[in-house]
Amino acid sequence: MSENKRSADAGAYVDQWVKTHGATRDRLLPLLHALQEEFGFVSDGVVPLIAERLNISRADVHGVVTFYPDFRRHPGGRHKVQICRAESCQARGSDAIEALLAEGLKVRLGETRGDGAVSLETVYCLGLCAIGPNALVDGEPVARIDEGGVARIVAQVSA
Amino acid sequence: MSRVFVSADMASVALGADRVAQAFADAGCQVVRTGSRGLFAIEPLVEVETDEGRIGYGPVGPEDVGAVLDGSSKARLGIVDDLPFFVTQQRFTFSRCGVIDPLDLADYAAHGGWQGLDAARAMTPQAVVDAVKASGLRGRGGAGFPTGIKWQTVFDAAGPTKYIVCNADEGDSGTFADRMLMEGDPFCLIEGMAIAGHAVGAAHGYVYIRSEYPYAVRTMQAAIALCSPRLAPFTIEVRVGAGAYVCGEETALLDSIEGKRGQVRAKPPLPALQGLFGRPTVINNVLSLAAVPFILAEGAEAYGAVGFGRSRGTIPVQLAGNVRNGGLYEIGFGLTLGELVHDIGGGTASGRPVRAVQVGGPLGAYIPPSQFDLPFDYEAFAAAGALIGHAGITVFDDTADMARMARFAMEFCAAESCGKCTPCRIGSTRGIEVMDRIIAARDEAAAMPAPTGGYLDAALYSRSPQRIDHGAAAQTELLRDLCDTMKFGSLCALGGFTPFPVLSALDHFPEDFGAVAPSPQAAE
Repeated sequence: MSENKRSADAGAYVDQWVKTHGATRDRLLPLLHALQEEFGFVSDGVVPLIAERLNISRADVHGVVTFYPDFRRHPGGRHKVQICRAESCQARGSDAIEALLAEGLKVRLGETRGDGAVSLETVYCLGLCAIGPNALVDGEPVARIDEGGVARIVAQVSA
Repeated sequence: MSRVFVSADMASVALGADRVAQAFADAGCQVVRTGSRGLFAIEPLVEVETDEGRIGYGPVGPEDVGAVLDGSSKARLGIVDDLPFFVTQQRFTFSRCGVIDPLDLADYAAHGGWQGLDAARAMTPQAVVDAVKASGLRGRGGAGFPTGIKWQTVFDAAGPTKYIVCNADEGDSGTFADRMLMEGDPFCLIEGMAIAGHAVGAAHGYVYIRSEYPYAVRTMQAAIALCSPRLAPFTIEVRVGAGAYVCGEETALLDSIEGKRGQVRAKPPLPALQGLFGRPTVINNVLSLAAVPFILAEGAEAYGAVGFGRSRGTIPVQLAGNVRNGGLYEIGFGLTLGELVHDIGGGTASGRPVRAVQVGGPLGAYIPPSQFDLPFDYEAFAAAGALIGHAGITVFDDTADMARMARFAMEFCAAESCGKCTPCRIGSTRGIEVMDRIIAARDEAAAMPAPTGGYLDAALYSRSPQRIDHGAAAQTELLRDLCDTMKFGSLCALGGFTPFPVLSALDHFPEDFGAVAPSPQAAE
């Protein structure tokens, strides 16, 4: 899909969305979540249109998109692995698991692999603190990750 | 046909509960998906309904279906309610969690649901506020501010439009009570919000849930849709966070709902007077609001009868990290830390000695075993330079490097700072550098990691390295000075409380910071 086509689709999506859900400023986060759910990321190209529809400045929209870690401005990997690195997981050895995952997936923490197959992201606490180390793999929770668990995650995203 | 109960809580699912539930369904059982009972060592847990009660089996896998159904399974635990971990609890808020189908209105009503709301709506708003005051309930989000006083302020505030906001974005590591309640008994929180609406005269409420809790988001949305006729005219909307920890700070959360960057507001004005969209707003934590139905249904005296000193009622303690019996344990205030960690938690999962526990999330102090006689009470913790926070206890064994944990506290603050005030935004980054130097000095490696000329290094080590005394003693003094600035100069608890984990680690474990450990006599 070309960039222009994608921007046009996103624009049409925004127009439709504000018709159903309203165009007040407090709708900005729900709209960004919806856009990201639909397209995988919030492209810079759609920012001016959002600003116009919600009657706020482009800087306001840009500021919000860049403030929240959940919003991506570029496409992510086809698979998403989010590893928790908060204290409770650290107390259960998540440091070593983090390194093993990065090695196994051949991607650095916080980055998307060159072939676009997988993004490895960090998350601070999934609320599964007694059964760490934990991760979300394509949105599904995985607990008590050990070496075998890393291998299963690697196999899952390589399939 | 047997009726079996399997948790659909995110933690249970992470341990394989979905596959277990499917296996029982395939075997012809009627499977009821509940929330979690709260003891993860026995998850995935299956409960089989019998004449004697619900018999638990756990942990079980899909291959155990036959043995569980004919009663021969070695994982048989007996009546779940009678297990020592559960029988000693005082479950006021979590009485239904793990027991009922979270989205079954009839089940909720059959287990005492809506009694609090019905009682409240039969009372004047002022009488409801008075009941909450009389119960002694204090905000469970960490600060411990009396909930009734907050409600009174909003009640007294003028204006036709007021809001109820539930803060379900307090994502402290080591805490999961909010998540478990929203997944296991969402109507309880909704009922608490409706009672708050009646009490202060608000018609609309928001639940701001962190995006890291996708199961809780789904369950709350479904629950609100199911019970909206019961709530009317009160309405509730779910808002989903976007990965910013600082939005758990109440004013940042309000800005986020308004569609802005989640930046902290200066106080005053208090949110109770000028909160969401500038209107008077009750903003309470999940557990505070979820405690309210019990108070209205059973009476303020029943709630206030348990507790310790000025900390009344129950607290859902969360045992996390390197702990054998990790889970949720609701009990009246006053148990000692040692009882919680050793008697209930069973010590570390690794079997090694406990080195420290962190109470209250990433901004909570590290407490050594020598202080395990500390009672769980807001005032006692404050006096010891610690906080209860969200009542999560993260256990570390003796392999923990406390200087690394102090560095992590600074790193976390730097990653999550909203950027509005300087002590937090800049102080946290300076803190990482100082900790790096202390760790380097301790390890007797190079005096400091040599700048490699990268952008980050240039920013981090912008001051001429030769001018800095890299010794552990000088750097430790600098660290204390920096923590002082952050503690008193930050706008909110993120920068203001980061010194708690840092300084407590330094004070209790100076040997990890390259200093001489105090002799046992000196510590007395």
